[in-house]
Formats: sequence, structure tokens, C-alpha cells
Amino acid sequence: MSRIQQCFENLRSEGRKALIPYVTAGDPDPSMTLPLMHALVEAGANIIELGIPFSDPMADGPVIQQAMERALLHGVSLRQVLEMVRSFREQNQTTPVVLMGYLNPMERMGYETFAREAAEAGVDGVLTVDLPPEEADDVIGFFKQYELDCIFLMSPTTTLNRARRICEQASGYVYYVSLKGVTGSSALNVTDVATKLEGLRTVTDLPIGVGFGIRDGESAAAVGKVADGVVVGSVLVNKIATYANQPQQARDAIVATIRDMRQAMDR
Amino acid sequence: MSDSNPIDFSAVPDQRGHFGPYGGRFVSETLMDALEELESLYNRLSVDPDFQAEFDRDLAHYVGRPSPLYLAERLTAKVGGAQIYLKREDLNHTGAHKVNNTIGQALLAKHMGKPRVIAETGAGQHGVATATVAARLGLKCQVYMGAEDVQRQSLNVYRMKLLGAEVIPVTSGSKTLKDAMNEAMRDWVTNVDDTFYIIGTVAGPHPYPKLVRDFQCVIGREARQQCLDQTGELPDALVACVGGGSNAIGLFHPFLEDSAVQMYGVEAGGRGIETGQHAAPLCAGLPGVLHGNRTYLMSDDAGQIVETHSVSAGLDYPGVGPEHSWLKDIGRVNYVSITDDEALAAFRELTRIEGIMPALESSHAVAYGMKLAATMRQDQRIVINLSGRGDKDIHTVAGIDGISI
Repeated sequence: MSRIQQCFENLRSEGRKALIPYVTAGDPDPSMTLPLMHALVEAGANIIELGIPFSDPMADGPVIQQAMERALLHGVSLRQVLEMVRSFREQNQTTPVVLMGYLNPMERMGYETFAREAAEAGVDGVLTVDLPPEEADDVIGFFKQYELDCIFLMSPTTTLNRARRICEQASGYVYYVSLKGVTGSSALNVTDVATKLEGLRTVTDLPIGVGFGIRDGESAAAVGKVADGVVVGSVLVNKIATYANQPQQARDAIVATIRDMRQAMDR
Repeated sequence: MSDSNPIDFSAVPDQRGHFGPYGGRFVSETLMDALEELESLYNRLSVDPDFQAEFDRDLAHYVGRPSPLYLAERLTAKVGGAQIYLKREDLNHTGAHKVNNTIGQALLAKHMGKPRVIAETGAGQHGVATATVAARLGLKCQVYMGAEDVQRQSLNVYRMKLLGAEVIPVTSGSKTLKDAMNEAMRDWVTNVDDTFYIIGTVAGPHPYPKLVRDFQCVIGREARQQCLDQTGELPDALVACVGGGSNAIGLFHPFLEDSAVQMYGVEAGGRGIETGQHAAPLCAGLPGVLHGNRTYLMSDDAGQIVETHSVSAGLDYPGVGPEHSWLKDIGRVNYVSITDDEALAAFRELTRIEGIMPALESSHAVAYGMKLAATMRQDQRIVINLSGRGDKDIHTVAGIDGISI
């Protein structure tokens, strides 16, 4: 059983939902990331999504774009991100780590090399924003070979037929994007999400994480009622922008947000 | 290529939009449904005689087609080699080939009932062409343009505003065309229900590279017939500049099966390929994935897209249409480069010797065409695609001359 499956199994038996924070690796500089990952786990995170900086993040809003630009200023790219995961695994062997990013850095490294090195570093899953299942045949074989879960996105525009095709390729969990837009978009409609998830559950038994538009304990708890996992990104990354050059304050603010969400979800 | 084993150029792209290993549809999930809808609509309309008639009528009476094929006699005499013909896309309404495509895509938007169009633009020619058709059809129009390009193409920015479009400067990344395209994609993913994204070149996710090519092929179909009418023969060579590559594919495609016709795609060599400051992914890049398709790209060892440089905003792009990547690999088209300085010299030369002021983009094709013609016999003929007129570049050229106007 993969670390991700195990994680969802454990939570299910406890009647709890996964809290899945996203941070961009290397933001605002490489020294921030490792202590932040441990602090996130300490504050109640169950899975960590670690963003791979990319020069052209087409699906991201300004908050995560700027995070990636900060990381890229320090030369943080895919290889450095794998090193961070390797370091994280020296102290933590249980919390799943999912890499989230765009295809070109992986293509440039070579899919087999990437899959092998990611698995060796202790990565559990990969979510590639610009890789729909139609184009994924070459890539997925290597991910499966090295036992990396393939996390795919689904969105409000995904028909049930497409969802069925996506779920045939997916493993670990699927990530439902709650609204049409980029990361950091405004309010989500939980009723719409609930309706959509009911449909998706008829085509897959995989856990469903929901992200986009989750800002605080209240929205996390509301989504947690209908989803198996709650993904939160821009609101955390925004703390790093707010506390520029004050890593301790940024980390404290992020930890406080995650604690709020954890408490609200477990209430 | 051997005639015994001809490539079926009409068979690409395949049903999933692949040109060999290139092309495809690499976008986030939210856009997949919209792209499938566009694909099925286009598959239907592209064989619908009424749609084609409507498109042809607009090209004739609104754009002013056919554009002339002009024998540049003084330029030919100066170069002293092959006869140089110019395909005068600069004479189209709005001053460039871009309008062929925006007319076509605006008709698609109309058929889909979308009240709003968006576009990305580099030099501003595609933005102007989009704003123009939006004005004509009464569509709301927003154009994304890199902040650096807004500066160097201020004339086109104001033209778009006069046409009723809103120009949104993009300040992320390198502040040029690629960033404008990122921002347009972000807009589209957010407003996909009511918005049609008019992509300006033969790049992006399937079916864009195919449908933009189809709309631009009017250039090559006309040039082929005009050449036969004027000379009784096909030309020996074709030359066109390549940024994303829409004017080049438009000229080349109808000649692909004429194996005796040589083709040259001219990329922006910037300050020289050896300096790294250029925009020539086919000459000096590697395959990768950006903006929805797999194609040759300029990226570093870590897969980050690198900043490009060209004096010409319309060529200042790190990728290229996927069909060009395929045509390079199979050896059907030769891809070469021309530096900023060579392009500027050609801009001045054509202006002074023929009274035709080419866009800086097209000046790259003129520069290479002159070099090529000089190596050929006087009974041979080349066609250079004069993809746009140079009025928009007068500020840039004046600036280089140290003159402020």
C-alpha cells in the first residue's frame, strides 16, 4: 500500500479528513522549505504538496507566480526540490509528499530519470498541471514502474465521461479544482462542489481532494464535510509574501492558519 | 526527400493534434472541455461550404484579398541573383497577415455564441487584427500584451484602444509575448464560459495549430497560383520569418508536396546565436512543452524557459508552432536565422530601393531572401513573404538612429 493510500486509510478509520497544504519549494529562499515542511506536519498537515518552481506557471494566479519567481531567483529547480524531499525523509518517513508542477522541467530531466530519482528521494505522488491523461501515456508507465501515484485534476468542466477516463489512469487521490480559474481565485461554492463530488463518486473509489478558494478554518471545514481532503495553497504562500525576509514570522503565520483549519475540520 | 516515399502532409496533425512527436494538448483540465468543443465545431465548419464561403467573402471584401505577388525588380537587380517576388501581406487590412486568422477565429466565436474575445500579442499586429474583427462583430475584446512590448509598440497599443479594445499590460516574467500568452490562458481558464481565445499563431493546444494554419493557407494558395499565372512555373524557393510561425506555415503549406520547392524559415538571431541572446528555438533549442504543445523551445538545463531577445517584438518568443518542429525534423523546411543588425539593414534596403517599408519581423525574411537569391541563378525565382508593413516599427528604428519622434 502506498504512503498516500495508507494516509487516507488511517484518516478514514479515525473519521477525519486530509489537510493538504501546498507550498512552493524554495520560496522565498531554499532554507525556508525544510523547516516549513516539518512545521506543517506538526501543525496537522497530512500530505504536503510541494510546488516545483517554473518560469511560466500558466495555471497559477499572481500569488503562486510570484512565489515561483522568488524561488527561481535562488536557482531552485526540480533537482533542488528532489534534494529537499530527500532531506525531509531523513526525519519523516510517514507523511506523503506530492510534487506539483509543470511538465517541461520533468521532460527536460527525462521521464524515467525523474521518476527514478523522485522515488529514491521519497516522493509519493506527482501532479502535473499541464498533463491531461490524453497525453500521459509515455509518462505514466515510468511513474507506475517506480510506484509514484499519478494525481490528476478534475474541474467543474469535467464531464462524467472524462472523469471516468481520468480515474482509470489516476492513483493515490484525485484533485478536484473547485472553480473555473487559476490558483488564488476567490470564493468557492460548497454546494456546487458537493453536487459535483456526488457525481464523481459514482465513477471512482479514489479519495477526492478539493482545492482552490479555501482560505480559512470555516471554508476548510465546509469542504472537509464533502471531500476526503482539503488542499490549501495561495493563502499560505501569501504569508510568505507578507512577511518578506522574516522567515520565522512567515512560518508562524502559516502554522497558525493550518492549526485553525485542522481544528475546524476535526470539530 | 525521395519521391518514391512521399509524406502525406494532409494526414498531419493526427486526430489528437500531433505532428509527429510535436503538438498535442497540454493544458490544465478546466480547458479540456472547451478545446474539445472548439475541435468538434471546427471539424464541422471546416467542411461546411457556407462557412468557407463566408470566410472567403470576408477575405475578399474586408481584408482586400488576394494580396499581390510583386516582382521586386530593383531589389533583384541589386542582389544580382534569383528573381525576388514579394507576397504582399503588408497590404492587407490592418497591415499584416494576422487578420486572415482573426477573421476565421472571429467567425468561430460567432458560431459558438461567445460575446467576448481575448488575445495575446507581441508586436501588436495580432492584437490590432483581433480588436478590428471584434469591433466589426460587436464583441467585447481584451488584449494581453507584455509591458515591455507596450512600450516599444505604443502605436499599435493606441490603435487597439481606438478600436474599442482594452489592452492589459503583463508585468510578470520577461514582460513579452510568452508572458502575454500565459496571462491570456489564465483569463480563458477563468472565463471559459463566455470567452473565445483568439490565438495569434500556429501554436497552443490542439486544434489551434491546425485551424490557424488552415486560415493562413490562403497566403500560399494565392502565391502558388499567382506564380503559375505570372511565370508559368512554381518558384524555386520560399522564404518567411518564423516567430510562432503562422505566416510561414501559411505560405509553405500549400507547397509542401511540391518537392522541388525549397523552403526557408527565418528565425530571429537577435544579437547572434552564439551570444545566447536570440529567439531561435529551431536553430538552437530543444523539444519541450509550453503553452499547450510540445515543440522546440528555448529552455535551460533545468527546463526553465529562458528570456529571448529580438529587435522585433513579434519574433520575441521562446517557442514555435509544432508543425515547424516536425517540418524541421523531417527535413522538409530549412530553418535559419538573421540577426537584429541584418534585419535592420534589410528594412532600410527594401524601403529605399522599392518604396516598401517592411515590418521588422518580415525584414528577417527579406534579409535572408537577399542572401539566398545572391547564391542562385538569374532564371530562378524566390518568393519572400512580406508578412507585415513597417509603420509600427518607425519608433523603434528612429530610436536606434538616436532620433526621438
